[in-house]
Amino acid sequence: MAKKKNNEINFAPRGIGDENDGAVQKGVDLPSPTRKKHKSLGLSEEDLKAMYEQMYLQRRFEERAMQQYQKGKFGGFLHLYIGQEAISTGTVFALNDDDDIITAYRDHGWGLCRGVTPNEGMAELFGKKTGCSKGKGGSMHFAKTENHFWGGYGIVGGHIPIGGGLAFANKYNQNGRISATFFGDGAVDQGSMHETFNIAQLWGLPAIFAVENNGYSMGTAARRHTVTEIVDRAKAYGMKSKVVNGMDVFSVYETMKEVSEEVRESSEPYFLEIRTYRYRGHSMSDPQKYRTKEELETYQKNDPIERLKTYLKDEEILSEKEVEEIEEKIEQEILDAIEFADNSDFPDKSALYDDMFAEDEPYFHK
Amino acid sequence: MAELQFREAIREAIDEEMAREEKVFIMGEEVAEYNGAYKATEGLLDKYGYKRVIDTPISELGFSGIGVGAAMNGLRPIVEFMTFNFAVLAADQIINHASKAGYMTGGQINMPIVFRGPNASAGQLGATHSVAYDSMYAHFPGLKVIYTSEPDDAKGLLKSAIRDDNPVIFMESEQMYGMKGEVSEEDDYIIPIGKGKIKRQGNDVTVVAHGKMYHIAKQAAVQLEKDGVEVEIIDPRTVKPLDLPMIVESIKKTNRCVVVDEAHPFAGFAAEIGYLIQREAFDYLDAPVQRVTLPDVNAPFAKNLFDAWLPDAKQVIEAVNKVTYRN
Repeated sequence: MAKKKNNEINFAPRGIGDENDGAVQKGVDLPSPTRKKHKSLGLSEEDLKAMYEQMYLQRRFEERAMQQYQKGKFGGFLHLYIGQEAISTGTVFALNDDDDIITAYRDHGWGLCRGVTPNEGMAELFGKKTGCSKGKGGSMHFAKTENHFWGGYGIVGGHIPIGGGLAFANKYNQNGRISATFFGDGAVDQGSMHETFNIAQLWGLPAIFAVENNGYSMGTAARRHTVTEIVDRAKAYGMKSKVVNGMDVFSVYETMKEVSEEVRESSEPYFLEIRTYRYRGHSMSDPQKYRTKEELETYQKNDPIERLKTYLKDEEILSEKEVEEIEEKIEQEILDAIEFADNSDFPDKSALYDDMFAEDEPYFHK
Repeated sequence: MAELQFREAIREAIDEEMAREEKVFIMGEEVAEYNGAYKATEGLLDKYGYKRVIDTPISELGFSGIGVGAAMNGLRPIVEFMTFNFAVLAADQIINHASKAGYMTGGQINMPIVFRGPNASAGQLGATHSVAYDSMYAHFPGLKVIYTSEPDDAKGLLKSAIRDDNPVIFMESEQMYGMKGEVSEEDDYIIPIGKGKIKRQGNDVTVVAHGKMYHIAKQAAVQLEKDGVEVEIIDPRTVKPLDLPMIVESIKKTNRCVVVDEAHPFAGFAAEIGYLIQREAFDYLDAPVQRVTLPDVNAPFAKNLFDAWLPDAKQVIEAVNKVTYRN
């Protein structure tokens, strides 16, 4: 008797299992945004204007950076944050200025939000000595430690334990600061995150761990690379958690304000899944065949910057003319930054050996 | 001088530095309540409490990274690995983060952290517990690497490592923890990182050996002395920065050199020393430099195979015979 033929073996990822007509659903489900208005969130009109300026700055900085990259002004990788600006902005406005922030390589927005000037940022992209990391780091390694922005890190998940360590030092020193560690949805599958969650909970580290779930880990849809909802990662460690709408700066601000106060008070870690959408490819070389144009357009209808602009106009906080003035001012700032970067010098050849060691005259093996 | 076990010298160094500086703390598997897997941290929990002597879960990647973040944010962590064979799980933190964060941020980040624990083999523990990692870490810019052979060196160099503002890999050996030796009782005894030590004077041949291999070289030297061969033993103590001038000076006197290393042969410490000697002392050599290393084979379990695998005094003597043409 002939053996029954086995079904064809198939290792296509099963994903979360919310298949629709045989295809794994892509993108992210955005939770409802907060209904609160700015006053009940404790935000002044000035705060809102500053938020708008910041988000618009991040957007235009990167759009211009992309052009410069395409013109061949600089090399390396370029991972754009476009679409996710509400997360950096809402967070930085909610946290104290001396709380410690660390993120992955999609870091330009975070740097700009924490005081890397457009000049310093653009010059870093160009690899110039006037860059925030003296041209030593490039796109993936913006940093401004004097403002408690510890940098962008290029190894997926590698900086998650480091974020825990920042919180450890804060607790050790009883300085009242907390750390906030941001990473992409691809990093939730790394052991480094799981080990850190367990230790953070064991030791009561005052740390916020936040995944910016933008729907894709490079070209793999979030819903294909994890078999449970990402937020549920926290359950295994008894860690508090929440899902946040990352396309709405008010929602990010509201949650970050509440959660940061709770973490500071209780010295317990907290996990946030902030859902958002990356408009551009993973990096500049991404043909984006894994998603449709329609899908992208659906999320762009929720654009965080347009959303805040509409609010500012509807609430008569800013007129169309005032919005344009802000935008023109920022546009000019970025054009100036490009000029600054272009005109800056590359690092001196001797700088190759600088910053390797703490000593003034370190040993280099030859 | 006081006679101390290796583990006691390590403990004294940690204790003195913790007493001296509040920012120094130690974490690792079994360091606190268990008093250390090899008792190197015995009594420290009682003295300093749970804030500064911290038991970790078995999560080398996680707790090493927490150490890196704590160092960046102003503390001076000592991260203990039960063995450097387990630190492979933490390699991302040591190699990608501790050694690079300062450079890639243009000097904005300081990294005063010590990763320490036993290195290399310790008897019949099989292939995964028996690797010497000092050469591997020394390969990476930004790391200092120390692998000491005697309690006195261990105390003085560990204190220096804890005070160093850079990441330092500090290596010990399970098989040496019980070994006794004279240790300086000098107040605040410090040995600078990067300085080797001539541990035996001799005019006939230079033997470079560090860590556990120093003791193998010493056994060989005692045997060779009976045959009238005077061996000069140089223990570099620090693998990187390397005290190359000390080695070169010795070769100018002896004109012959054997390097004994506990690592595998390819691209290891012995290979590097061999290259440096031909570059710096070519005209002084009367014979090609010889090396004694592990074979290019994993550690076996069986006693007879293990004994054949680990470098011993006999192999050192054979190498010395070769460079002195005493066959």
